[in-house]
Amino acid sequence: LSPPSQRSRAHDTSTELQPMPTSPAMDVSLFSSPMSEVDASSPLMYGTPSSRVEGTPRSGIRGTPARQRADLGSVRKAPQVDMHSEPVSENAVAGSEQGAGQRLVIWGTDVNVGTCKEKFQRFLQQFTDPSSREEENAGLDLNEPLYMQKLDEISVVGEPVLNVNCSHIQTFDADLYRQLICYPQEVIPTFDMAVNELFFDRFPDSVLEHQIQVRPYSALKTRNMRALNPEDIDQLITISGMVIRTSQLIPEMQEAFFRCQVCAFNTRVEVDRGRIAEPAVCRNCNTTHSMALMHNRSAFSDKQMIKLQESPEDMPAGQTPHTTVVYAHNDLVDKVQPGDRINITGTTCSSSKLWSRHTACLLFSSGIYRAAPMRLNPRQSQVKSVYKTHIDAIHFRKTDEKRLHGLDEDGEQKLFTKERVAVLKELAAKPDVYERLSSALAPSIYEHEDIKKGILLQLFGGTRKDFTQTGRGNFRAEVNILLCGDPGTSKSQLLQYVYNLVPRGQYTSGKGSSAVGLTAYVMKDPETRQLVLQTGALVLSDNGICCIDEFDKMSDSTRSVLHEVMEQQTLSIAKAGIICQLNARTSVLAAANPVESQWNPKKTTIENIQLPHTLLSRFDLIFLMLDPQDEAYDRRLAHHLVSLYYQSEEQIEEEHLDMAVLKDYIAFARTSVHPRLSEEASQALIEAYVDMRKIGSGRGMVSAYPRQLESLIRLAEAHAKVRFSSKVESIDVEEAKRLHREALKQSATDPRTGFVDISILTTGMSATARKRKEEVAQALKKLIQSKGKTPAMKYQQLFDDLRGQSEAAITKDMFDEALRALADEDYLTVTGKTVRLL
Amino acid sequence: MPTVHDWINNPLGVVDGLFAQSNSSPDWEKKVVEYFKEKLKLNDAHTWVPSLNDVPLHYLKPNSLVKFRCMVQDMFDPEFFLGVYETNDPTSNSKQVKCGKYKDVTEGGQVDFNSRNTVTSERQTFYCVPIPGESQWNSYAGTNQARVVPSTSYVPNRHKRSYEEDDEMDMQPQQMKDVSQGAQSSAESHGNTEPKRQETEAPSHDSSPSHCTSSLDLNFPLPGEKGPACLVKVYENWDSFKLNDMLEVFGILSVDPALSVIADEREASSLLDPTEGMETVEEQRVHSPPASLVPRLHMLYAQPLAHNNPLLPSSATENNGEHKTSLLRIYLSSDLGELASVRAELLTYLTHVLMGDSLAAEYLILHLISNVYSRRDVLPLGKFTLNLSGCPHSSPYTEHLYKVIQQLVPSSYRLCMSLHNMNNQRMVPRKDYTANRLVSGTLQLASNTSLFLDETQLEQGQLDATGVRNITALGNLISWQKVDYDFNYHQMEFSCNINVLITSEGRSLLPSDSQVHLRPTLNPPNLEEYLSAVQVAQVPSQLNKYRIYLSVARALNYTISDEITKAVEEDFVEMRKDDPQNMSAEDLHRLLVVARLLSLSHGQNTLSRDGWMKAKQLEALRISRTPQQKCVNGNEP
Repeated sequence: LSPPSQRSRAHDTSTELQPMPTSPAMDVSLFSSPMSEVDASSPLMYGTPSSRVEGTPRSGIRGTPARQRADLGSVRKAPQVDMHSEPVSENAVAGSEQGAGQRLVIWGTDVNVGTCKEKFQRFLQQFTDPSSREEENAGLDLNEPLYMQKLDEISVVGEPVLNVNCSHIQTFDADLYRQLICYPQEVIPTFDMAVNELFFDRFPDSVLEHQIQVRPYSALKTRNMRALNPEDIDQLITISGMVIRTSQLIPEMQEAFFRCQVCAFNTRVEVDRGRIAEPAVCRNCNTTHSMALMHNRSAFSDKQMIKLQESPEDMPAGQTPHTTVVYAHNDLVDKVQPGDRINITGTTCSSSKLWSRHTACLLFSSGIYRAAPMRLNPRQSQVKSVYKTHIDAIHFRKTDEKRLHGLDEDGEQKLFTKERVAVLKELAAKPDVYERLSSALAPSIYEHEDIKKGILLQLFGGTRKDFTQTGRGNFRAEVNILLCGDPGTSKSQLLQYVYNLVPRGQYTSGKGSSAVGLTAYVMKDPETRQLVLQTGALVLSDNGICCIDEFDKMSDSTRSVLHEVMEQQTLSIAKAGIICQLNARTSVLAAANPVESQWNPKKTTIENIQLPHTLLSRFDLIFLMLDPQDEAYDRRLAHHLVSLYYQSEEQIEEEHLDMAVLKDYIAFARTSVHPRLSEEASQALIEAYVDMRKIGSGRGMVSAYPRQLESLIRLAEAHAKVRFSSKVESIDVEEAKRLHREALKQSATDPRTGFVDISILTTGMSATARKRKEEVAQALKKLIQSKGKTPAMKYQQLFDDLRGQSEAAITKDMFDEALRALADEDYLTVTGKTVRLL
Repeated sequence: MPTVHDWINNPLGVVDGLFAQSNSSPDWEKKVVEYFKEKLKLNDAHTWVPSLNDVPLHYLKPNSLVKFRCMVQDMFDPEFFLGVYETNDPTSNSKQVKCGKYKDVTEGGQVDFNSRNTVTSERQTFYCVPIPGESQWNSYAGTNQARVVPSTSYVPNRHKRSYEEDDEMDMQPQQMKDVSQGAQSSAESHGNTEPKRQETEAPSHDSSPSHCTSSLDLNFPLPGEKGPACLVKVYENWDSFKLNDMLEVFGILSVDPALSVIADEREASSLLDPTEGMETVEEQRVHSPPASLVPRLHMLYAQPLAHNNPLLPSSATENNGEHKTSLLRIYLSSDLGELASVRAELLTYLTHVLMGDSLAAEYLILHLISNVYSRRDVLPLGKFTLNLSGCPHSSPYTEHLYKVIQQLVPSSYRLCMSLHNMNNQRMVPRKDYTANRLVSGTLQLASNTSLFLDETQLEQGQLDATGVRNITALGNLISWQKVDYDFNYHQMEFSCNINVLITSEGRSLLPSDSQVHLRPTLNPPNLEEYLSAVQVAQVPSQLNKYRIYLSVARALNYTISDEITKAVEEDFVEMRKDDPQNMSAEDLHRLLVVARLLSLSHGQNTLSRDGWMKAKQLEALRISRTPQQKCVNGNEP
């Protein structure tokens, strides 16, 4: 026996007349009998079992079985009405039938099937979108009709689904679009018809699994879940959200198969609003109550319940997120997993099931956003006056799926109104926009202008560059910043602020987080025994900012995972049989306290915070937040703080507005501004880099590395983004240089010499320290040479000799280091307590 | 014109009347709300409305107007309902248009769903619980007892027990009998009510059908809470309500037994209809609990509560400024002399309680009137977390201290930070996606609740993952006044306003705004006896004065004049000159808060030079007392 969910139509040769399947309506002008018995030539009548004759090749529109569109819900047996007899709405369709003095539309709508079909076919044949940037259209000729190419694709690939972007329809024919949105349940089957006719005209011999289904997506009426209201019922909507739960697969009966126990006569009954009308009498032998349901020959379709929750970004503060029930049908089942963020296009609707057992009460049958009154009390005729609503999914689009493959940010692109964009652009045109924005950043934190500017540039980020073709991989576009300094200098506050400002921010404390908490771990789902990858803060903040407080208190193993993230921007996991590389294109904003509770100005940054230099060199900017201890500063600080405590409500309001503007400004710049280096800027960068190298070379040190050049480029690009400029110009480079120099001045100054020395950060040792090491080694070499030809000498003695000879104090460490240096030169070897010359 | 009893006893009649008059013009909805608002405003009419907090559910008449003082614990999804519908009476074949607002079920005849008159409307459901941690003295029963619920057999002098006072442990059988008899008689005298209605207080009652077991978790934030939980249906402006808001809801009580989902019926139906299984049993149980346990309340009007002190009028938040000052004038007769005397008495009392430490008592007052009055980006202003260190370990001292605080504030909770508690208690609310609800935690508290953290109970040992999370949550609560609720796939930040007091032996492991080391001057031989003696000495009227004083002082407005600003700046610069190490920006922050609270505690609306100096003195005294411990690095445990 075949499983019950299997379609059994194919086995059935007894071609019985049936009631209409999913066809929304009948065009009376074409067919004389609108309601019941089948006219096999009806274009609406796709998928009768009779259309499949054994032996003949399956091709052409007749030969291809239709698949019921469960996503459009139960059939509405709506009669068509004559426009003249029923005062239906304004926009009457000017169809070809008009001439006959009749304008026929589907009951309750203004949709005329013929016109609608024609329009859609014209749309498919003619629509081009030369400016399309959609990924799905990659490889298509943008100047040819887009959807015709997609049909070609279907004929090749054989996947009978045509995704149609609603905004395309809107630009092509606004009226058609309106009809689609308002009466999806009627219009989409019409589209199906249209596309199938067209397809099988072009490819009469192609064989498809079932007829092509049209899946419209991104209806412009994209809704926040919160904004759904009763008016959206039965309309086509697109909402975004996060999947929180999926149910098991539910087989739903579409068509019941009955067989007479007496004469073995077969009949089929279609499920109507969740109800099967069991035939009481066999039509063949007229026996009563002889029909028995055959489960394995009934037709079922797959169905899955999905719970969708509002995405956290859409939420007003202080409220809990809303959830909605979504039904996925057929091949959309199991397309999404809990935790996915998706955009779903579907129809809101009322499930007819819940009330069908009792009084028959059709409410909103078809389409998209649905509602049904909840259960009745069987003993009374009372109805619990609440509807159950759900959305029938027509199309899913995962917003985070693309993040795994590409550098695409429009999935999360916020839609800005034109006015908002105008406001932002106006702000961008101001000459002091950079200063304005940086002062709007964390206004409660006083001064630290450069640090705020640095963080501002971090928020904007550089431009992503892809060098995968040349084997170099992606260049990092994110700016990493480390703040170190005295406790109590509001570092944490700054971090908290940034965390609250960016949509995809994560805040962790080095003290409490483990490597696992930062990266990802593999978990076995107790129910399904499936291995699930749970992502940590770094992966979660992909495309965002990961704020790590108390960076210095992080364990070494935890810190080590940051190496990969901070330069390669990926995270590799090899655990429990799962080996993968996740994207972690996150900017890191870290704060570290000095080891000795107070910053020691006599020590270098590395010595103060005791972090490995390999990690430090991955930070573009390292700032010191020190207590300046200066009277004028104190006075301004005091004023600032006191004013915090008595400012009126209105002033606070104003600043909140600023924060909202700042958020939008950053979001807009990140998604729509992609500056490139201008010729002039590249020259400036080269000069800057050469200058930086020169500073050091004069004193025998290297003061800049390619990493610094990359930092400069990133900062300059970010600054150009602040100006909404598509070109990086020399002023951007100037500011990048200045900021970089400021940061270096603070963090890479050699306390012994007072010079900026980048090698403190890149190698963990200042050039003077290295020089001294060199000197010791040379002195030791000289000492050994002066001893003449002794092949081996005692370690301790050599040490004592050296100490006796040298003016400066020489520690054991220094001595060991010198020995190692000489061993590297292959001058000697150390074995145990003896030193041998080679 | 309906009489008082009509609009309280049969508000639906009023609604239907107004609906019938309106001839289906949509403004009848507004009229209904206006009507009840007017009625409630009239000469204290709102005090006539029986309160769900005090009167046991089975004494309340179904479909009557009731009020409920509560906190919004969870918000469910909005639901669509039949706003207006048409019924078909099969016998007379007549059609009738009815309004479905403020009702759970339709009535009369079969509903014609195809009718053109059907209007679908939207409403939102809030799950509300009584304000968590309300102190015993803060039971409105005390003020409301005289108000008999009209037209029920509720006899107040026989049933003084309210939920808060009810101690289920010593419920005597005799009393039990009384109650059930009472219920019986009330039901009898009330022909139309269901005689089988459940006793909310005695869930062990065996006549209950299968679903009515004690397994139903009413989801109170604090363990051991009692009281009615309620599903409040909100018809307008639901966006203006926030989670954890304190509300006084006036609404129509609905306890229709048809609402309760009977378990076996469900099973039968889901066999027939697999799609119905989209709602899990858990979800069903949470979203449609038996109406006898969780009544429905159809909101007509709700008043946000700025505080839950019953001794003050539940002031509307409108006309803030003048209102607060007038409060002061009315309740403390604005005469600074009296205010000062109340303050002095309270200070003496607290000094006694703190074993003669007047400085600690001073700080405790400041702590008790602290309030987050504003937020600057992420920085909450006005919070004042106090760490009382040096509390004697291994004596019930902290317990007594908590009792004293409980006597003074409207709502409070004592959290013993024992290892067991830290590792096992659920503090952060968590979203349960199976049941589709927010499972509450200890930290889901209403504004201005006093959270008493008893760190003396903490011993050495291992904190597990939950423990670490709990400690982090407490730390976040103290530093940022926010709790990150756990939504499994992400966290969501909810800001709060909770006064945290930490008692510890040494310096607390949690951050705090200010640490006062207790320095007892008295050393009573029997601490317990001494403390109870101190408490007993306070007459109720005295305590009431303290309670009013604390609530009013917290609500006062406060400004700093330009002149004082200058002086403070000067002072700060001077202090920095003298000792830059010990006067950081953080110290100034604290000083400003102390000065603010000190001024408010004296009933002053502005900072005076004098007040500033006093605050500085106070701080200097406090700092001199703290053991020299330069530990600002956070490197310590």
